Formats: sequence, structure tokens, C-alpha cells
Amino acid sequence: MKVRIALTVNDEVHEALVPVHKTLLEVLREDLALTGTKHGCELGECGTCTVLVDGQPVLSCLALPLETEGRRITTIEGLADGARLHPLQQAFAELGAAQCGYCTPGILLTAAALLSERPSPTRQEVKEALAGNLCRCTGYTKILDAVELAALRMERART
Amino acid sequence: MTKNDFAVVGQPLPKVDAWAKVVGETRYADDLFLPRMAYAKLLRSSHAHARIRSIDTARARALPGVYAVVTAADLPPVKFGILPVSQDEEALCADKVRMVGDPLAAVAAVDEETADLACRLIDVTYEPLPALMSIFDALAHPEVRIHEYGDGPNVHKNVALQFGDVDAALVGADLVREDVFFFEGNTHLPMEQHAAVAHWTSDGKLTLWSSTQTPHYVHRVLAKVLATPAAHIRVIATPVGGGFGGKTDPFSHEIVACQLSKLTGRPVKIALTREEVFYTHRGRHPVLMWIKTGFTKRGDITGCHLRTWLDGGAYGSYGVASTFYTGVINPVTYKIPVYKFEGARIFTNKPACGPKRGHGTPQPRFALECQLDKAAEQLGLDPADLRRRIVVEPYTKTANHLTVTTIGLGECIDKVVEASGWRAKRTRYGVTAAMGSQPTGGSREGGAGCTHLVQPEPPSPKKPGIGIACSAYMTGAGTAIYWNDMPHSGVIVRADRSGGVAILCGATDIGQGSDSVLAYLTAEVLGLEPVDVQVFPADTSLTPVDLGSYSSRVTLMCGMAAIQAAGRLRDAIFKAVARKLEVDPAALVARERKIGVPDDWDKAVSFARAVELGEAMHGVLAFPGSYAPPKRAGKYKGGGVGPSPCYSYSACVVELTVDEETGTVDLRDVWIAHDIGRTLNPLLAEGQVEGSIYMGIGEALMEEQVFRKGLHKQPSMLEYKSPTTLETPEIHTILVETDDPEGPFGAKEVGQGPLLPVIPAIANAIHHALGIRIDEVPITPDKILKALELRRRGKPPRVGPERLPLFTFKDPLVVESAFGQPADAIGVRPFQS
Repeated sequence: MKVRIALTVNDEVHEALVPVHKTLLEVLREDLALTGTKHGCELGECGTCTVLVDGQPVLSCLALPLETEGRRITTIEGLADGARLHPLQQAFAELGAAQCGYCTPGILLTAAALLSERPSPTRQEVKEALAGNLCRCTGYTKILDAVELAALRMERART
Repeated sequence: MTKNDFAVVGQPLPKVDAWAKVVGETRYADDLFLPRMAYAKLLRSSHAHARIRSIDTARARALPGVYAVVTAADLPPVKFGILPVSQDEEALCADKVRMVGDPLAAVAAVDEETADLACRLIDVTYEPLPALMSIFDALAHPEVRIHEYGDGPNVHKNVALQFGDVDAALVGADLVREDVFFFEGNTHLPMEQHAAVAHWTSDGKLTLWSSTQTPHYVHRVLAKVLATPAAHIRVIATPVGGGFGGKTDPFSHEIVACQLSKLTGRPVKIALTREEVFYTHRGRHPVLMWIKTGFTKRGDITGCHLRTWLDGGAYGSYGVASTFYTGVINPVTYKIPVYKFEGARIFTNKPACGPKRGHGTPQPRFALECQLDKAAEQLGLDPADLRRRIVVEPYTKTANHLTVTTIGLGECIDKVVEASGWRAKRTRYGVTAAMGSQPTGGSREGGAGCTHLVQPEPPSPKKPGIGIACSAYMTGAGTAIYWNDMPHSGVIVRADRSGGVAILCGATDIGQGSDSVLAYLTAEVLGLEPVDVQVFPADTSLTPVDLGSYSSRVTLMCGMAAIQAAGRLRDAIFKAVARKLEVDPAALVARERKIGVPDDWDKAVSFARAVELGEAMHGVLAFPGSYAPPKRAGKYKGGGVGPSPCYSYSACVVELTVDEETGTVDLRDVWIAHDIGRTLNPLLAEGQVEGSIYMGIGEALMEEQVFRKGLHKQPSMLEYKSPTTLETPEIHTILVETDDPEGPFGAKEVGQGPLLPVIPAIANAIHHALGIRIDEVPITPDKILKALELRRRGKPPRVGPERLPLFTFKDPLVVESAFGQPADAIGVRPFQS
């Protein structure tokens, strides 16, 4: 059974006719051509497909589009302000926090949600926030460093 | 050259693809969507070992939305495999399945869901055969043959090499230790599931985009199994979302997607599920090991004899090479004057094992480094001091005829000992200090070790410990997978009047940064910034062949080819600029995007102008660079596995606590010093080290690829435990530079070697903390509690393998030991002029 849905993604409204059981991950990638969100396990285990729904990290492989109608979805394509990168993106690029880059979109969005709630997290708080996002390349070290650097820069920009 | 001579090399620059990766622009294989594209799924075997009686696809074909269904009958009856000696795989099994997950049929349909449904409508009749699920099973049942080839029933490979008289060397030793170890297999677990898109267009040409580390080998295999000229096939490696060796074999799904595209006239995408990735595997071999080593009182090794049994799984894959690698690299670190190695790879009905980061060497490294720790304890020596004394001399050969060039291992040991506070902590922590230097078990030792434990302060169940281990790894395999005299790596550098420089190279960026290294080295030679250089990688129709991203070969081999190509371009431009400026070309330098004479820099011309002058003098500016390693294979059968232009070295100290009540291990800090030759980019190098440490921690403490009744016990990312941010400790990386004459500006590998010492360093630290020996990985809490229970019952506190297979190795090939002989000429290799 197909349903017509309207999703607000990165501040744009997208309409699509999709099978009712198709996941948000599949609809974003296949119907909305937002391929920055990645498949990792399709079982909610690895964090790779994380997007933000009303600012909160959500595993898009476990979410149904119908549940997210009328809510604000942010994908990696919407993290930058136009051509201006989010401080997290800047820090991840500068510090080598993305190696293969496959887990990077999910980690960036999870970290963005953390920094909006806790602008100056401790390293342990960063670790806890990212504990649901697996990365097999980096050993997490440069990721944690980059989140800390971004938090510092964002704090400086505020004061 | 010193660091100050470089403009780009040594700088902590972002990767050239970093920006695309942080905004989600990078297009991995599964991100490709082509017009009219169909989606494919494989039907995989539910039996571990069975004959195929029949496959009926009628119901699947009748399903609306299905475009094509294929079985083995629709493909040429040609087997394939990565190694020429092990052509034992079928894209779709014809007569027999050898593991759960073996591919039987494939469907192309309008969408993935329809393809999946159609696969379920394919009726297969099996005749089950006994499934052999372990080395012991496979050797105990020679009447059940998994394959009809190899070195005996269910024996894929049986090797025996002897360098000098080991028995005599052991007789003369002050201490001889025999130990038995087991290293459970584990898998790569890349975040990206394998995916491919095939398009066989109406002109008869085939293009395959695939998440592969080895587009060149995939190219060769496609030509063979599809009976199509290689010249009509183009393989493009998309950016790989994590490899670690798991995407270095040609795979069934790649071949099948091509055939389905041919039949449907549509592009066909296939993307594996996470469960399929677990079965596709080609990861770390489970290896059972017996090691007997003689020591003098001072800790010198008199000789070493190693036996390894590899559980290979259902297919050959890289297994012959893996078998050799369990034996040939150990002698590269420490002085081992005589050496004997016997190894066997056994077929079982499990997913095939292959190369995972460190390929075949973490297992024997675990055995050797744990045994050294036990020997140090028995001899009353500090484990760091013992190792420091016996480090191999530079520019010498090992017993098994491998050439060591530079070796920074001594410095690495000194640096981690210093940085970690080794000496103070070694005394302060651990039961060993409290008990004196009593040995605490080992496979062949009697005695209970210690029965009375002095509780250290404070009386917490968490006991601290600190351990050390070292390692070495190849910087690229010295021989190709198929025997040939052609380059292992090729680069074309071209420039035109725009001032832009393009690099074409077959290398595949799997996240390690090979595109970036190519840009850095080219920019360094031409006096440009990396941003001025565009890298076009991994396209078999456009880029010169590179053998692939494996064996830590890319930075060295592609790097040397890039330096040669860029140097030729620079020479041509210098000639034209020299004529214009009326100076000697030898007086010119390229820097800051200009070319000129340093003493007369005002007259220097811009790089773009210099290229114009060059184009006017020479015509089109495009220059090749080629690299093949020095020919150093030992002059004996099997001597081709192990040689490398140079070896990297690592020393690692791990500090941890072990909870006596729960058996859980908490890692506090890891210090690692790595001899990288030359750091081309410290950010990328540290990233490789940190990732290696992390992966080693997972292998040491939690990751295992284990089976029950033919099925993977944990084929998901939740059940297959791997470290998260919370289990990964603080990692302190020290890079040691030895400026190796074989490497690009002196660089050696860094992507694999640092994984190796972590695992034994953890095992040795656990022993230091509690006085127990866990002689198998992963070291899970149940094993720690079992060892503590053994001690309470007055038995040796050791958990590890208790028996070895009944197996006859072949008579060894006896070769004179080359230990200590001076290295052959350095820096001599093909394609230099």
C-alpha cells in the first residue's frame, strides 16, 4: 500500500508517494535523493543512518516517514548554513576525523544535537553521546578531538 | 633531507576528500542511481555443506516485477579466486554448497523488495553432507572432502621451511619454552556494506562500479568468468566505506550484477545486507599455534620453531599467502639466528577467511610476544629490556632471507617505556611484583605457580597492570599476486596551460588517504599546494594499473611512482623555463607555485606560465611513473612471500585494570611508538595508528567470528561486539622517523603494523595485573574468571588451548640461515631510469 507523505527536510517540504512500510532512510535516499544518509545495518545498531528529527538524533532505518510528518528533519545535507560549514564539519575536516567518511554524517548530526543541548560538554559526555555511533576507522580519537574543537570555537563565537 | 626541506610533506593538512566527506557529497557505490536501474538479490545457501539436487526458478520468474533470474547454468562454467593457485570459487554454485551463505541464484527486479521476494520463491533441493566446522573435525574426517584439490584431504596448504639447525640451537639454550596459543577469527566489520552497480551497455561494453580495494583484480576476474575481453570491461572503484582487507577479493555479487545487466539491458545494483557481509567475510583466520623457542640467560633467542594451523573456511581466497604470513614475518623484529616454520591451512564449512589488517601476522605475533613475556619472567628480566637487547640490526638479512633496511624498533621501545612511566608502574602494579618472579603457568609447565596472593593496595577488585609488546609489518608485498614483470603501481601526471595538474593512478582510497598522499607528493615535487592537484583514481580504463589497497603498499608504491612522474614533468618544465631565463636547468627550483633561481627569485615565473613554456617546447605534458619493488625474493620455494621494500616497526605499552570479581578489563591508556620512516602527514598517520589500536583492542577483548551448526552466532553489529567510544582508551602516539631509502621521501607504512602489538600487550598487562595467562583471544571475562578459579583450585592459572591436531607436516625445505648477512644493494629496482 502506498501513501502520499509530505516531509520537511532541511527546511524544504518534499512530497512523495511511497509504500507505507518504507523506512525514513530509504525514502530520504531513494525518493528524495539525499544520499548523504547511509545504510549501516538497517537494524538500529550502528548509528550510521542517524538524522535529526526536531533536533533529536533518530535512527532513520527504524523510523517510518509517516511518524515524521509535520516534524523538522535534518540530514547531513542540511547541517551547513548554505555554503558555510557547521563548525563541526570544519573541525572534522581539519583534524582528520573522517577517514572512510561513511559513519561521518551520522556522527556529525549526533554531535550537533549534543552541542545544542550541552554547548561545552566534557570529553566523557562526548563519548557517551557518541557511544551509539560505530566508527571502524578512526579509533574515535580524532572524532572526540574535533567535537571538542568545534565546541570551543562555537563558544568563542558566542562570547 | 631534513624536515625543513619540505613544503608539503610533514604538514598536518586536511585530506583532499575531507570536505566532501563532511557534507555528505562523497558518492559510495550504494549512492549511485542510474536511469532504468534494476535491483538484484542473491539467494544464499541455508546449508553448511550439501549437494545441490535441483534449483527451480519458475515461481520466481513468474513474479511481477522480476526482470531476470540466473543460476550457475546461465554463467560460463569458470571458477575464480584471487590467487592463481586457488581458483575454487563459483559466482553461483553449480553442484555443491560449502558454507551457509554460498550463492545459488540471483534475481534482478524492479526494486529490492521484489528481488528479495523472488529469491524466496526459488525452490532448491539439497542433499546434506556432513559439515566440518573446525580444524579438528576437518582432519578427523578425510572421507568428507570439501574440495578436491589441495595438499591432502581438507588440507588447502601444507608448508614447512627450515633455516638452519633449530634442534641443535634449542639443545644449547639455557631456557626452552614450548607454548600453545589460539587466536579466534574475527571480521573486518566495515561500516559500508559491499555494493556494486553494473552496466553492460548496448555497445557490448561493461562498466562496474564497486566498493572494492582491488579494482585491477576484479577487472581480471570479470574478464575470465564472463568470458569477455578485459579490454571491453571497465572497473571503477568507488570511494570505499571501510575496507581493512574485507574488499580485496573479487566477489560473487560483482560478477552476478554484471551478468544480470547483460541479460536485462539495464544497470543493475546489488547491495549486501549486514548479515551477508558477515558471511562474505574473508577476515582474520582462526589460528592454533605451537611455538618453541630457546633463550640464553641474558634473553638472547638461540632458535625458534613455530607451527600454525589455520582454519581457512570454505574457499582458498588469499589463504596460501595467509599461511606463509603466519610464519615469515616474525623473524623481522628480533634476532632469531635459526628458524623453522611449519604451517597448514585447513578447509572447513565456514565463510572463507582471508586478509584482515595485518594479514596472517597478528596471530603469530600474539604467540611470540606472549612467549617472550613468559620467558622474561622466568629469566628474571624486564620484558622491555629483553626485547630492547635483541632488536634486529639494520641493513641485515633475517634467517629466512628477508632484507631489513632501517629499523627504529629500539627507539620505539625506549620512547614508549619513557612516555608510559613503565619502570615505576611495572614495580608498583601487579601481582608479579608482589610474588617475586615466579612463573605463572604455561602449556607445558607443571606447578601451580602462585597459590598465595598478596593483596596490593588499595583493596579494590580492580587490579592495575601494564604490559608491552612489539611488532613489524611489511610496506607492500614484494611480489604480485600473479607472477609478472610489470609495474606494481603506475601514475600519470599531466599538466596544461591552465596551470592545473592531474594525477591518474589506479590506487583506491579506502579512507586511509591514498588520494591525499598522491596530491601531497606531487605538490611537493612541483612546488604547488595540494589543492592545485586533482587526483583521478581507480578507473581501469583511464588510470595506470595499481595492484590495489592491500599489504600497506599504496603510500610507498604509488608514492614512488608519483614522485617519478612528477619529477619527469618538472624536468621538462625546467628545461623550458631555463631557456626562457637563460639559466642552467639545474639552478632552478619549484616552490610557492613558481619556478626560478633561488638567488634571483624576482624573475621566477608562475607555475602556469612555466607549463605554457613547457607545452610550447615539448607539446602535451603527460608523464608516467612506474614502480616495482626490488627483487629480493629468497632463492627457495616460498621465498616470494614476506619480502618488502622495507618494514615498519611498533612498540606498544598498555595500562589497564582487571576486575577480579567480574573479569572485565578496563583499558586506561595505550602508548605506541611507530617507526614510520617519514611522516608524510602527521594527522593521517596518527589516524591510522589510532584506528589500528582501536581495532586491535576489539580483537583482543571482544570480537570473534564464531559459529553454531553452520550458522554465524552473531551476524549483526549488536551481537558482534566491537569497541565504542566508551571502550576505547586514550591513545598516545609517537611517530619515529628513520628515513628509509626505499620509501617516498623516506616513508614506510602505518596502516596495519600498529594493530599487531596491541593484542599481546593487553594479554601481558592482564598477566601483570593478576598473574594469570590467557593464551587465546579474545580475552573475554569468562576466561579471566576461569583462570582465577583454576588458581583457587591450586592449578596453573592459564586458559588456552589444551590440545593440538594430529597432523603430519611435510618434510621441511631446508635452507641455510641468512641471519646477520649484510643486505643486498638498497634502492635498486626496475623502472628507475
